[in-house]
Amino acid sequence: MIRAEAISKSFGKLNVLRNVSVRLDAGRVVAVIGPNGSGKTTFIKTLLGMVVPDSGTVLFDNQPIEKQHAYRSQIGYMPQIGHYPANLKIRQLFEMMVDVRKNAATQLDEDLVEAFHLKGLFEKPLGTLSGGTKQKVSAALAFLFNPSVLILDEPTAGLDPLSSEILKEKIQKEHQNGKLILITSHVMSDLDELATDVLYLQDGSVQFYKTITELKLETGENKLGRVIAQLMSKVPQMS
Amino acid sequence: MNKITKYVLYDIVRNRFVMGYTLLLLAISMSFFSFESDPNKGLLSLLNIILMVVPLVSIIFSTIHFYNSYEFIELMSAQPLSRKAIFLSEYLGVAASLSLAFLVGVGIPTLVFGGDQSSLILIISGLLLTLSFVSLAFLASVITRDKAKGIGLALVLWFYFSLVYDGLVLGILFSFNDYPLEKAMLVLTALNPTDLARIMVLMKMDISALMGFTGAVFQDFFSTNYGLLVALFVLLLWVVVPVSIATRIFQKKDL
Repeated sequence: MIRAEAISKSFGKLNVLRNVSVRLDAGRVVAVIGPNGSGKTTFIKTLLGMVVPDSGTVLFDNQPIEKQHAYRSQIGYMPQIGHYPANLKIRQLFEMMVDVRKNAATQLDEDLVEAFHLKGLFEKPLGTLSGGTKQKVSAALAFLFNPSVLILDEPTAGLDPLSSEILKEKIQKEHQNGKLILITSHVMSDLDELATDVLYLQDGSVQFYKTITELKLETGENKLGRVIAQLMSKVPQMS
Repeated sequence: MNKITKYVLYDIVRNRFVMGYTLLLLAISMSFFSFESDPNKGLLSLLNIILMVVPLVSIIFSTIHFYNSYEFIELMSAQPLSRKAIFLSEYLGVAASLSLAFLVGVGIPTLVFGGDQSSLILIISGLLLTLSFVSLAFLASVITRDKAKGIGLALVLWFYFSLVYDGLVLGILFSFNDYPLEKAMLVLTALNPTDLARIMVLMKMDISALMGFTGAVFQDFFSTNYGLLVALFVLLLWVVVPVSIATRIFQKKDL
């Protein structure tokens, strides 16, 4: 579905991505993990066309995404921090997104809007919302247009336990529907429940990209947190 | 494209700062027109204030607003929209709201109390001044990712066009006063949007006699419809050129 071919990116002297090549297929839930500053967010932004790689290409359904924007109608993106225009009401934000993205074919998926009881807050200005509520709004927007790819940057950070469960259930449901889901997170127990594959980045290069079952067999551990801890201690520290 | 503009506008119109700006302009215009018995004098005092306040507020507010909307712009660029459409919608939203503030704060009182041709020119040039400084603000905002640097750059631009530039022109006039500089002055005026706006209004007010010989040359040029059109056109360039350069940069920028 998405293929990154030898993408490299540097900001000044800092090499954020070095020759990253991965293939992300429909039906998989890929956990993108790595230490802080390992290039996770830059990698995700490259897939979305927000960051233009210095070299290499990203293909979406075998089409290069360079200077394209239509492909993003198939992607739902939930940013790490949602800052929205402070005086806009939640309802207006949703209306705007619907204006921008809806076409006759899309069926709106309001599962999360209902599960998070956002309708009750619809007339509140976005500037008055708490961090967690903004996070719920971001999540609901990412799933709203039933996209075939979901890119979630730290989706459960800042959510209360109940909402976090609701979101995880939703992610699992969409996984059953055969979507490609990319998640970055530092919460290993969440990823253990959700992910099928692990893409481990360090210092901008892919250390490994394997299925969770494989990793557990290799290391003999049965919790993802322990697996990663074991592998991280083996990976040479470059910085 | 106007899908986003509409909501950017919704957001800014309810912004306290823009409301305050509108009220400030309204208070200034009302006081000048009610203190001066001659509306032309009121217009002249108003012009001097507008030439300082409008560029300053336009450029600073737009720059701050751009940086504060950064995450929102990021989110928009993850949607099926082109960078150009996102950027221009933001521009239109900010420009429209500040123009609206200017129209309410200066436009309405001026039309009510003044109402002749020179007030019309004042309103038009004030609007174009707003647009061109919003345009310069967007350029400053895409040049650097750092908010403090961006605002600094915006302030430098304002200082340059509002204060430094006139000093430079005066310096040139004094150093080269043995030469005929009238044509050169016309060109120098065109290189500063604030000066253009000032000249356009002054020339409609028949006070160029106060401006000496250069004033006479200006009068010859700008008081004709042809001269006015040229001035308008150059001011429009000051709106279009910075924002087009900014759009180019934004299209290639990493968010």
